[in-house]
Amino acid sequence: MDIILQLTFAGIGVGSIYALVALGLVLIYRATNVVNFAQGDFPMMGAFILVVCLLSAGLPYWLSILLSLAGMVVFGAAFNLGVYYPLRNRSYLPVLISTLGASILVQNIILAFYGPQPANLPALLPFRGFQIGSVFLDPQYIVIIGVSALLVVLQYLFFEKTLLGKKLQATSQDKEMAGLLGIPVKRMIMLTFVYSALLGGIAGILVAPIIYFSITMGNAIALKAFAATIIGGFGDIRGAIIGGIGLGLIETFGAAYISVPYKDGFAFVVLFAFLMLLPQGIFGEKIAEKA
Amino acid sequence: MTVTTISSASNRVPKVPLFVLAGAIAIGLVLMLPLDGYTVSIIMQAATYAIAVLGLTVVLGYAGQITLAQAAFFGLGAYSLALGTLDLGLSFWVALALAVVVSGAFGAILGLTSVRLGGHYLAMVTISFQQIVTLVLTNWISLTRGPDGIAGIGRPSILGRELTSNVDYLIFSIVVLTLVIISVWKLKSSRLGRRMEAMRDNEIAASVTGVNVYLTKVISFTICAVLGGLGGALFASGFSYISPDQFSFAESIVFLTMALLGGVHSVIGTALGTLLLVLLPEMLRFLRDIYLAVYGLAVILIMIFMPDGIWGFVTLLSDKLFHRIAARRASAPLKLAKNETPSSAPVLEVETLSKHFGGVKALDNMGMTVSANEIHALIGPNGSGKTTLVNVLTGLYKPTSGNIRFNGETITGMAPHALAARGLARTFQNIRLFRSMTCLENVILGAQRPGNDLTPDGGNAEARALAALAFVDLLDRADDLVGDLPYGHQRKVEIARALAASPRLLLLDEPAAGLNSTEKQQLVELLQRMKALGLTILVIEHDMPLVEQVADHITVLNFGERIANGTPAMVLRDQLVINAYLGETHVHAAT
Repeated sequence: MDIILQLTFAGIGVGSIYALVALGLVLIYRATNVVNFAQGDFPMMGAFILVVCLLSAGLPYWLSILLSLAGMVVFGAAFNLGVYYPLRNRSYLPVLISTLGASILVQNIILAFYGPQPANLPALLPFRGFQIGSVFLDPQYIVIIGVSALLVVLQYLFFEKTLLGKKLQATSQDKEMAGLLGIPVKRMIMLTFVYSALLGGIAGILVAPIIYFSITMGNAIALKAFAATIIGGFGDIRGAIIGGIGLGLIETFGAAYISVPYKDGFAFVVLFAFLMLLPQGIFGEKIAEKA
Repeated sequence: MTVTTISSASNRVPKVPLFVLAGAIAIGLVLMLPLDGYTVSIIMQAATYAIAVLGLTVVLGYAGQITLAQAAFFGLGAYSLALGTLDLGLSFWVALALAVVVSGAFGAILGLTSVRLGGHYLAMVTISFQQIVTLVLTNWISLTRGPDGIAGIGRPSILGRELTSNVDYLIFSIVVLTLVIISVWKLKSSRLGRRMEAMRDNEIAASVTGVNVYLTKVISFTICAVLGGLGGALFASGFSYISPDQFSFAESIVFLTMALLGGVHSVIGTALGTLLLVLLPEMLRFLRDIYLAVYGLAVILIMIFMPDGIWGFVTLLSDKLFHRIAARRASAPLKLAKNETPSSAPVLEVETLSKHFGGVKALDNMGMTVSANEIHALIGPNGSGKTTLVNVLTGLYKPTSGNIRFNGETITGMAPHALAARGLARTFQNIRLFRSMTCLENVILGAQRPGNDLTPDGGNAEARALAALAFVDLLDRADDLVGDLPYGHQRKVEIARALAASPRLLLLDEPAAGLNSTEKQQLVELLQRMKALGLTILVIEHDMPLVEQVADHITVLNFGERIANGTPAMVLRDQLVINAYLGETHVHAAT
């Protein structure tokens, strides 16, 4: 029983990371109809800036986090202008390839100037964790779950209760109509990329102390976030959250009870099953073309 | 993606001898130039990679389906050959066959999943497949020997000569590559290749012109995987050592980039892209650490500035420089299949047909009969169920209940391509043409429908297509891209495509929509000429003056039910019909 609680806790923690990145993926998809294959480089970039500020420059943790978030705003904007915007009127395939190119570009620039060595970040909270009964709670997981939950609530309030949120929703549902109503569509898309990059960056900052920082750390996260969005129902925000947490749980329990080496494979087996049996996911859109 | 490289195969230089010549020149160069061992192995890598990348030309370029798992198939081929020769003790050739079969079988399975999924979903499925293959290659150590890989893979012998020298093996690879290039190039102008391209441009239009979309997808994935496996097997034998990291997701992206860089729609582009990307690291060696970053940047820039790759860019330039116009002439007037059904016998019988969407009864207990060689008009106000009926008739929707007979055969619930094969052709309210193709190529696809008895082997499909274009007065635009034609002409091309299929029944879904009055008058004349050929036509239309001019028989739908049926004179005076169109209150007020 204790071990099950422990695994559930860790699973939700890992799943929250997937959910944050998945949220960013879904927001960009809804605004632009494009799946960003460089989404994993958002958390990598967030963690990288943190590593540079904290370890190389020796700045305090809180300042490093602020700088990292500021960096992500710039990165998200640059990503939109350089990778999506020139191709916005083309079909999904060239944009998809372009985001793959961006991923290669970003990872290798960092590789060239920083080098391949992974970095180990200290945990955010300086104490060693709680013991509740026989269940040990790692503080970093508590931070991850807490911050993620807070972000989800804030995002909900933002999209549902503010005018800007409504404008963003309108843009993602019908760009032409939104434009006719005087909503600045280009600026809304820019905002979406910036926010998505921020979400990814936060996920990277949160997860870096658990896994080592490396330039490829985002690849696996992004693939699982993508899987999570399909399991939850592509394009659906609730689906991204539930899919992400579900995948985190499946992976953690799978590693504990089935096999450690195949840990990264469970997500894809589950994904395959969903695509075959319930391709529209839990909250899914219809995927057949209308006649 | 816009496509500029597609042009009718017939009006260009025959390429097969050129490919053979290019292969021979490559072999000659390999034999004569004093290449060092390193250069030989680089070219060997390019040749084996190119075979795999040509698989992507088929699946992505021709069929328009995305796959991010070509490295997995490359790996399956490589491991099948390695383990087949080393662990199972098979000869090289048997193991090569095994490699092709194994990768082809997995390709077919992956293709089956694509039957239900497209776009991003398909991309994700292929990524999942790629990841699982990588995990299995790395972790199933008892079978694959794990991350250390396999060494000591053997080489084949041909005519008693073992290809131990790298130069010999390179020549062997070039010969295989040349054969693959020729096959893939031939595929493009074949019936299967045209079907793939039709499916890529518009799946629904392809299926109603007789393309079995599902089967075509599975076949294209299988071909792609077979070529991946073949390339992988030759790679394994050539380099004698393989390990799982050579077949990772990153490599799949490299394969994809090779295809896109050169131009995914043409074999020459593909070969070019592969060679370039294999050589590029060597040429960019001076860039050292930032080489890969430059490479990522190049991918983005190519996507932005050369949407059809380098080869597409080159052909676009050359087409602009040497604007070629081929004069077209139809050799014979259009003929339609002999209608065995005697005049006024029923061609299409619809009985108690219903189609419900949830609680909405789009069609309710509807019945109608279309007789041979008549123009039968189906009219009704907006939302009365006309388009639903057409979609049920052509198999795009499955009816909730009821029965449809076509020339006496029950066809209820059949797939669109099966109906097309029985001689049911249609046009669409919103035109669905294959926009990247010329008018002629669109119409040839119609002529090639299975079961078209006038073109038993597809052989004279082109002549037939030209005749159909002549019939609608568009012969002079035969080699123009459909997308460049004005709207009214596109409608005519769609009708020509349906006519070329030699249909038993032609369904026209609002053919007058969006036409000006001159074009409408041309349409009336065209309909009458089609009827004179002996064709049976069911036309769905809003335009009352047009219907009055051409229809022999009118059926009126309202709220999914038939409210009138008979000759135009009868139907257009029917009080129910007037009510349906003008509204009941209006009628009451008038009386």
